[in-house]
Amino acid sequence: MRNTARHLPAWLQALPFSAVFVVFFIVPLLLVLAVSFWRASDYELIPAFTGQNYLDVFTGCAIGGELCVTFKTYLSTFKFCFLVWAITLLTGFTVAYFLAFHVRSTGMQTLLFVICTVPFWTSNVIRMISWVPLLGRNGLINQALQSVGVIDAPLEWLLFSDFAVVLAFVHLYTMFMIVPIFNSMMRIDRALIEAAEDAGATGWQTLWNVIVPLSRTGIIIGSIFVVTIVMGDFVTIGVMGGQQIASVGKIIQVQTSYLQFPMAAANAVILLAITMMMVWGLTRLVDIRKEL
Amino acid sequence: MYLTKPDAKTFSAEPTQFMTLIPTVYNADTLGIRPDLIKRPIESWKELLNPEFKGKTAILNIPSIGIMDAAMVVEAMGIHKYPDKGNMTKAEIDLTIKTLIEAKKAGQFRALWKDFNESVNLMASGEVVIQSMWSPAVTAVRTKGIDCVFQPLKEGYRAWAAGFGVPKSVTGKKADGVYEFINWFLDGWAGAYLNRQGYYSAVLETAKAKMEAYEWAYWMEGKAATQDIKSPNGDLLAKAGAVRDGGSYETRMGGIACWNAIMDENAYMVQKWNEFVAA
Repeated sequence: MRNTARHLPAWLQALPFSAVFVVFFIVPLLLVLAVSFWRASDYELIPAFTGQNYLDVFTGCAIGGELCVTFKTYLSTFKFCFLVWAITLLTGFTVAYFLAFHVRSTGMQTLLFVICTVPFWTSNVIRMISWVPLLGRNGLINQALQSVGVIDAPLEWLLFSDFAVVLAFVHLYTMFMIVPIFNSMMRIDRALIEAAEDAGATGWQTLWNVIVPLSRTGIIIGSIFVVTIVMGDFVTIGVMGGQQIASVGKIIQVQTSYLQFPMAAANAVILLAITMMMVWGLTRLVDIRKEL
Repeated sequence: MYLTKPDAKTFSAEPTQFMTLIPTVYNADTLGIRPDLIKRPIESWKELLNPEFKGKTAILNIPSIGIMDAAMVVEAMGIHKYPDKGNMTKAEIDLTIKTLIEAKKAGQFRALWKDFNESVNLMASGEVVIQSMWSPAVTAVRTKGIDCVFQPLKEGYRAWAAGFGVPKSVTGKKADGVYEFINWFLDGWAGAYLNRQGYYSAVLETAKAKMEAYEWAYWMEGKAATQDIKSPNGDLLAKAGAVRDGGSYETRMGGIACWNAIMDENAYMVQKWNEFVAA
């Protein structure tokens, strides 16, 4: 009894956010879960308890030969996830390293940080549409390459391709890697690096044996951001892929726009489960709560 | 389109006071082309999948509209004659999607588009020279000073219509407000605006009253413009002497080959369309 009383203020403090979380996150999520077992006609949702939606998602998946739509779509999404994760990690780590260890003054760090946020100053859609005059058939890059005579015909794969999708993702989401990794790096005791140097470690050895392990938390948090964003994306893949590349998010969007909410909900639940498993896997690598 | 009572779920046999939908706007759609880049006459829907334009075509990524554009192409290619493109059988959906997938795998499409501005962008940048298009998108490309034609084709147009439906949750004062808005919408100003975008408004007489005679002659009667034609935003759209693509209201609406509709196999169609996007 006394124990509860002692914890009461803590409970009260946690209450507002928990309430918001329950009303705007848990409840809608449960609704999605419930609707995924409903049925729908062209015009109405019919409460029911059927697994048909889940079966429909995997139509044709049990048959050998060509992959079914769902598997193909997930495979494509995983591919983007991996590529974007690897590239943003490398770029993000490098930028964070530069900011944390090479830029000495706080003012300069802040300024460079602000520059990193430039991609976020315009709306997502505008930003992506602006790639067309740059990467398009008659875009700046093709014109430049043609005028110096490197290529005879415009490169078609610059736009509306896997390349374009990865480029846009990296451009957008490297920031999500930079921030947490930078944060972890700033907490590294500089004496450790000196000690490593004194012990005769080369720059690479210090990086690999001291800085990388101590930036682990930032790397994992950044990875969680990037992985979850890419798994659920449909706008970037849509615009940069010329709408010709499938994504799980796109399938859900098409279904909701045709009022097939139960199917869309079933797809969403599956996507959520898969993404949660990926996040769970990542958190196994480091105890985030302990490290923060 | 009439109901027996406001919340009825079945249609009424004869006209009543209750409509399922108040018509607002409709049009006859066809392919948009860049004549300056194609440099030859285009007369058939089948040109959309003509390998000559490999990597330079687009189709819209809205399943119910895209599949009917595709059906126009399939029929024009002589692959299949559809009894009703607005209500395809599963076998017909399979066939149409199969044709689309083959074209996609061969690299026929530069992109699919979903957003109005995307279609304008694709056309204006020259990424695409022939594609499914909407009338105001064609005018939007033209106001940039780029030649773009909403090309009439020998197989006819794919038509659509839209309207307002009033949810049953709207009652009392709110319902009055809704009806007030509908009345305003059909009162002419909005109709004239829509007509100047190349659509047809549901109540043409009120729209006519809010348009200049030369505008009406250009948009509705298919006559040569006696003055420069401006878009609703005031941008130059067609110079004096120009004639609307496809001609008069009667010619355009008289040339309709199919109407957009929700198919009985709608759910199956959407599923197959996702297969096309994923292919």
